Amino acid sequence: MTTTAVPLPDVPSLDVTSTPRLSFSRLTGVELRKTWDTRAGFWLLLSIVGVTLLINVIFVLAAHDGERTFPNFMAASGAPQGILLPVLGILLVTSEWGQRTNLTTFTLEPSRGRVVAAKVTAAVMLGVVAAIVAMGFAALATVAFGDSGAWDGVGLDAVGKILLTEELGILLGLAFGLILLNSAAAIVLNYLLPIVFSIVASVWHWLNQYQGWVDLNYAQTPLQNLDDLSSKEWWQLATSTLIWVVAPFIAGLIRVSKAEVK
Amino acid sequence: MIKVEGLTRKYGTFTAVDDISFVCQPGQVTGFLGPNGAGKTTTMRILVGLTAPSSGRATIGGHLYSEIPNPGRHVGVLLEAGAQHGGRTGREILTLGAMSMGLPRSRVDEMLELVSLNKDEADRRFRNYSLGMKQRLGIAHALLGDPSVLILDEPANGLDPAGIRWMRGLLKSYADRGGTVLLSSHLLNEVELIADELILIGRGRIVAQGDKASLLSNTEHKSTFVTAEDNDQLIHALKAKGYDVSTAGTGLRVEVAPIEVGRAAAENRIVLSDLRSADGGLEELFLSLTEDVQRDEVPAQAATTEGASA
Repeated sequence: MTTTAVPLPDVPSLDVTSTPRLSFSRLTGVELRKTWDTRAGFWLLLSIVGVTLLINVIFVLAAHDGERTFPNFMAASGAPQGILLPVLGILLVTSEWGQRTNLTTFTLEPSRGRVVAAKVTAAVMLGVVAAIVAMGFAALATVAFGDSGAWDGVGLDAVGKILLTEELGILLGLAFGLILLNSAAAIVLNYLLPIVFSIVASVWHWLNQYQGWVDLNYAQTPLQNLDDLSSKEWWQLATSTLIWVVAPFIAGLIRVSKAEVK
Repeated sequence: MIKVEGLTRKYGTFTAVDDISFVCQPGQVTGFLGPNGAGKTTTMRILVGLTAPSSGRATIGGHLYSEIPNPGRHVGVLLEAGAQHGGRTGREILTLGAMSMGLPRSRVDEMLELVSLNKDEADRRFRNYSLGMKQRLGIAHALLGDPSVLILDEPANGLDPAGIRWMRGLLKSYADRGGTVLLSSHLLNEVELIADELILIGRGRIVAQGDKASLLSNTEHKSTFVTAEDNDQLIHALKAKGYDVSTAGTGLRVEVAPIEVGRAAAENRIVLSDLRSADGGLEELFLSLTEDVQRDEVPAQAATTEGASA
């Protein structure tokens, strides 16, 4: 009770007026670099590219005549990416918490919202690259091995649909990573929850009738098949994205903003 | 430069930091000394905005840390040297920091050279670093942005004696150029060697602060270690004066101040080869102040803030 009675001496102040904030583009660049500058990250990125290539090769060899169409090659490309891109999104967040590099990240940029924004931007950019890789391999395979009529019904809207699918995948992972802040838990739940949800929805009649509105896998299927979506299907995609991507993202953002960085 | 005012942090019913106040001035190395769990790390984490205080305020040069733009350019922080991705090389870790702060890549090489990590070591993955190398890398990271304030939690941890001497030189010259350093340690010897000012903390409370001399002047010496050319003769002389004497190693322990032992020896023309206080050293003070501190009862004498303004 005696220490606080004495007034503290003055200390000189620090002039910070001429220091600009950390630039957002630099912050995003650092986040991108973090995804490939470790061996694990590098191999994850390389395996996404490799597996996408491999599955197109397998499809060329295994498909029956008349099946070698761009939408089918695209579906083949999308399958492994749908599994691996969420992992990339998850690790973008959770590897920092697991390896405790967030101590450094948040001391260099105390605004946690800005750090998360940089991660989201980095994720979106990786999603674009993944879409380009997926489309590139599918297009190459179609040009080289496509059957007659392989491009039928494929318009520019396909690019948008592919992009949207890839972005939803990586952002879903990022949202799961943010809310769980643990790699193993986020990866397991990211795979398990939608499956469990689909099973429950298929046996529980009451939920079943709303499945299109609340089940992201279900709502995404026409998008992945490059079908023309009805306005109802677009709305179903929107509501299920709200539930599976936006809501966990917001909850995760709140969690990260308040968490004590240990 | 650093000002902590009435800072408190509670976790449920546990009070990790209990109403502490202190300042750190430029040109000085301030040592934050206390046993494990005393609240040093929590205080430092609050200073850099990683932990929110329950009450009170911690500012650096008048700013909350979170309000400092590009804080790495003003405040160098090393909280935990081991908190880096094991798969990155030391050079990559510094490169990420330099990129964030907008520094030229040449700065990375300068810092690697400063902390004596050679090219081979810099390109090794972090998980293969020894504790000492991790500390050196952490110090390099803290110094990257050429800050005017350094906040280092247990920076000497894992350094060998040569490493501690190196760091003392580094921090001393940093302070001499006008820098402000706050470093913590649970080892008295480290802090004693490096710091100009000491803040002793135990169970979340500051139990003493000041420079080494002013801290020691508060303690009384009541026992002595002494070795004489002829110990038996000395025992005889001391017992004649009524002092308690026991053997300790090759010498004796006497329950009286060193000056009285010296006097007894001089009066009897006994040659001494060693004479020193057996208590009242900084170590004794540190232990007595931090071990039995009641959370709401600070020994009045120890809680002096004299010297804090120096």
